Amino acid sequence: MSEELLNLTLHVWRQDGPNDAGRFETHQANGISTHMSFLEMLDVVNEDLIERDKSPIAFDHDCREGICGSCGMVVNGVAHGPQKLTTVCQLHMRQFDDGHEVWLEPWRASGFPVVKDLVVDRSALDRIIQAGGYISIRTGSASEANEMPIAKAIADQAMDAAECIGCGACVAACPNASASLFTAAKISHLSLLPQGQAERQDRARTMVAQMDAEGFGGCTNHGECEAACPKGVSLQWIARMNRELVRSMVRSDSGTKSGRR
Amino acid sequence: MQLRSNEPTGPIEHRWEKHKESSKLVAPANRRKHTVIVVGSGLAGGAAAASLGEMGYNVKCFCYQDSPRRAHSIAAQGGINAAKNYQNDGDSVYRLFYDTVKGGDFRSRESNVYRLAQLSVNIIDQAVAQGVPFAREYGGLLANRSFGGAQVSRTFYARGQTGQQLLLGAYQALCRQIEEGTVEMMPRTEMLDLIVHDGRARGIVTRCMKTGKISPHIADMVVLCTGGYGNVFYLSTNAKGCNCMAVWRAHRHGAAFANPCYTQIHPTCIPQSGSYQSKLTLMSESLRNDGRVWVPRKKEDVTKRPEDIPEEDRYYYLEERYPAFGNLVPRDVASRNALYVTSEGLGVGLEVDGERRGVYLDFSDAINRLGEETIRERYGNLFDMYERIAGDSPYKTPMRIYPATHYTMGGLWVDYNLQTTIPGLFSGGEANFSDHGANRLGASALMQGLADGYFVLPFTVGNYLGEVRTLPPLDENHADVTRAVRAVEERIHKLMNAPEPKHAPEYFHRKLGRIIWTKCGMSRNKEGLEEALREIPKLRDQFWREVKIVGSGAELNQTLERAGRVADFFELGELMCIDALQREESCGGHFREEYEENGEALRDDERFSHVSAWEWTGNPGEPRLHKEPLTFEYVKPSKRSYK
Amino acid sequence: MQRALTLHQTTIGKKVVMALSGLIIVGFVIGHFLGNLNLYRGQEALDDYAHLLQSLTPVLWGTRLLLLFAFGAHIVSAFSLWSRNMKARGSRYKKHQDMATDYAARTMYWSGPILLLFVVYHLLHFTILPEHPGEVYRNVVEGFQNPWIAGVYITGNIALGFHLFHGIFSAAQTLGANHPRYNAYRRDAAIAISAAITLGNLSFPISVLAGFVTL
Repeated sequence: MSEELLNLTLHVWRQDGPNDAGRFETHQANGISTHMSFLEMLDVVNEDLIERDKSPIAFDHDCREGICGSCGMVVNGVAHGPQKLTTVCQLHMRQFDDGHEVWLEPWRASGFPVVKDLVVDRSALDRIIQAGGYISIRTGSASEANEMPIAKAIADQAMDAAECIGCGACVAACPNASASLFTAAKISHLSLLPQGQAERQDRARTMVAQMDAEGFGGCTNHGECEAACPKGVSLQWIARMNRELVRSMVRSDSGTKSGRR
Repeated sequence: MQLRSNEPTGPIEHRWEKHKESSKLVAPANRRKHTVIVVGSGLAGGAAAASLGEMGYNVKCFCYQDSPRRAHSIAAQGGINAAKNYQNDGDSVYRLFYDTVKGGDFRSRESNVYRLAQLSVNIIDQAVAQGVPFAREYGGLLANRSFGGAQVSRTFYARGQTGQQLLLGAYQALCRQIEEGTVEMMPRTEMLDLIVHDGRARGIVTRCMKTGKISPHIADMVVLCTGGYGNVFYLSTNAKGCNCMAVWRAHRHGAAFANPCYTQIHPTCIPQSGSYQSKLTLMSESLRNDGRVWVPRKKEDVTKRPEDIPEEDRYYYLEERYPAFGNLVPRDVASRNALYVTSEGLGVGLEVDGERRGVYLDFSDAINRLGEETIRERYGNLFDMYERIAGDSPYKTPMRIYPATHYTMGGLWVDYNLQTTIPGLFSGGEANFSDHGANRLGASALMQGLADGYFVLPFTVGNYLGEVRTLPPLDENHADVTRAVRAVEERIHKLMNAPEPKHAPEYFHRKLGRIIWTKCGMSRNKEGLEEALREIPKLRDQFWREVKIVGSGAELNQTLERAGRVADFFELGELMCIDALQREESCGGHFREEYEENGEALRDDERFSHVSAWEWTGNPGEPRLHKEPLTFEYVKPSKRSYK
Repeated sequence: MQRALTLHQTTIGKKVVMALSGLIIVGFVIGHFLGNLNLYRGQEALDDYAHLLQSLTPVLWGTRLLLLFAFGAHIVSAFSLWSRNMKARGSRYKKHQDMATDYAARTMYWSGPILLLFVVYHLLHFTILPEHPGEVYRNVVEGFQNPWIAGVYITGNIALGFHLFHGIFSAAQTLGANHPRYNAYRRDAAIAISAAITLGNLSFPISVLAGFVTL
């Protein structure tokens, strides 16, 4: 609980838009309390920049509780910074030492064009979900919830996979900028549950096809995504996605949704 | 302005059915000819947009986040209530209805609340069918827990991430409709004004947050599901981006704003650690099931380590003052008592602005009784979150907690159809005032958002469109549209060109928040409110004179976004204080120090059994009050007592 | 046919091809290594073994064709993934810190081409242009007595070791074999197989250089 004050040197990536080349800019952050969150430290820097008529650093953030998935930047070469299982909004300055140099970069991936400074466009992840990351059930047509028991172990596994917050750290951390962990988490969540069976084969195919179409790389099993994931989403889901895809290819029927595409 | 609640009459259990049967429908083939704008993509907005799209309407959905999946509903931890009675502990629709009316301190509309309780069961069915991974028992059936002092176990949950999982369910349904082409999704787009034509809401003006482009969007009707206004306090558990702009713009166009002074302060948040603090983090209320709340009995102990304070010197103030409910008293009671003990100088933790605003929430008894493993299973992710933020492990030392603004029961006044006082403008979720009265029960926010989004709005929107059938065509060159666009452009110009630019918008927002928190927070009095009403206009003038925004409006400019939101919080904050001053009673989340009996809230049903709906008059300091009387046929008002 | 083609068009399909072709090659490498152990039984044993293989024409050519196909598929898929992944990554980080990956995984795109060159050299050296056709033992021992040639073999086999380790570990994941309960074994198995083959293969040039194996 004890408080210390830090002086840090920030090297922040500044980029005006997707077509700007971008560059690093150096700022001093002085008198930073160890109780501050990382984003509060940036707030302090930004307020100071505004008072000095300089353009503040743009970064995405919203809930600041580590659940909405808005925030994300690479801190000293690590997505979401040095603390494991922690989004950058929940990272606190007690993880840093006085006099540290801190390098801040946006998620870098061709699938995530930079909007401005540390803000990137992650709409590709939405399009992957749109391609099939759902169970088609019309509002009001659901049957009684307890009609279909689901073993606790299966429900727990589905919940493990469903914890993904869609922040994109997996893509940012992957040497190949692959969105495999993100896509696999949703495919696994839905394929584990009995409700997800009807669309299981289609889902694997359409979501993987969209993932590839967005220009993300392939998985080469480095495990960087799992290490960077603030929610601890496991690599085992990628293995499951691979199984689901092969299975769907082997059992493919005609007249499916993916057939129409 | 006329307030017609349009409630059906007759036996309460048949009212919603009866209402549906007598309502207008739109034939499937005609639905795609109607364009519906939904602003907000949280539980209410996301569910409404998805359901309306599914029905065949042409839906345009907007959110300020970069993806609809990030709406702040995602942060709800605890759970969602439903009257399923799976635990066979005597729950029923009636009991949930009763608890909600009573919990709301008899300041809500009975018909709405009953419908909410009825729909709660459908929500669970819908969510399970969507693949929401609710917690289950070993037998494979859905698990429940008791939540927030309820005497039945009716809360469904998905680890500590119930809001997230329910939102992802709605988001996935929305994604399906985006793929089908029935919903056009516009993320990173902020509504800056409402377009009213011929007395009806016909569209909105938006700013694309990436390019700064201002565009009008015309539709047959507009649905606002834009959440609450808790960020008027600056520090709250809301997301940083949560704002009142959409509802406030609607209010300025003639939508009545109801009960703004009803704000809920959540008792279990992580205390502030310094003046730079940007937001407060909620720890789920379920923690009070196993944690004991205390402060040191002696002032000299407040700086000691909690482990070093002997049992007899610990003041378990909730257990002592409320032996029947103990640590599980309702949110407002728990919050207010924390305020009292800390203002007596017994607060613990870091000193901010000369005060220690924190109390202990101690798990050592529960750990001794149930073992660390059980506690880890129940609260593991919350404990981890606490440790990340506060730097202490709750397994070893008590948590420090303090109340923070969490939810706003007030909002746009709506009738039984969720229509505001502007025809064609509907509002769902936290943005409206409808179901919680003066105080919301735990685990009921998710329930209301989804009930409105999945089941009420899709139906009442159809009823409205069925009634109006074809609206006169409106194009972008019409004076009503161009005027709205010009107003937005002028406002941005004014914000960007303050005469004496000095400070970032946060500077003013923090000051406003401090005024509202101290004078219109957990405990209010006439003197303080009048003082606030003198201070706010002054600060607002200073804001418009000195706000400083660097950069241009034609690019991603987060300072400009915040400035626009803060500007509206000034006007809303003023209305809150006016409402709190006018309501000379204590009820639910509104506690007036002048109206209490032995520390308990003193309601005045004679004078205040009504909804206060405020009309914009052009002067933020002089709104016009309209009253919707509340009658209670089923749940007779009784004194709320948790002694 | 349509289905397989579709699978191969996806990044996952390409990885499946890499895994399956890789496993064929691993199988061959194991067999190749076991056969080579005849070196330690003396000149006659190794030469007899070589002649036996030569005499089984259908098996010999069947294996060669299968390997050619496996190598071809492995290399084509690798190249396709590599170019795709380079494009997907786009710009690199100024600062970068690895969190989970290891040396073997990071250097697959290096160890692969090194291995390809080594295989070509190895084929030229012993199979296509041997110094003394038909005298395998003599070719091996005389070759390895030259420290430069032994050095090439030692380098090639170290690259093989790393490539095998990540390849075997990774193939299991790609083919969907990942279960938290067995993952530790999966890693151990990959280490054991790749270490056994690498150390065994390295022993040949080292034994010759050290004078344990002579003409």
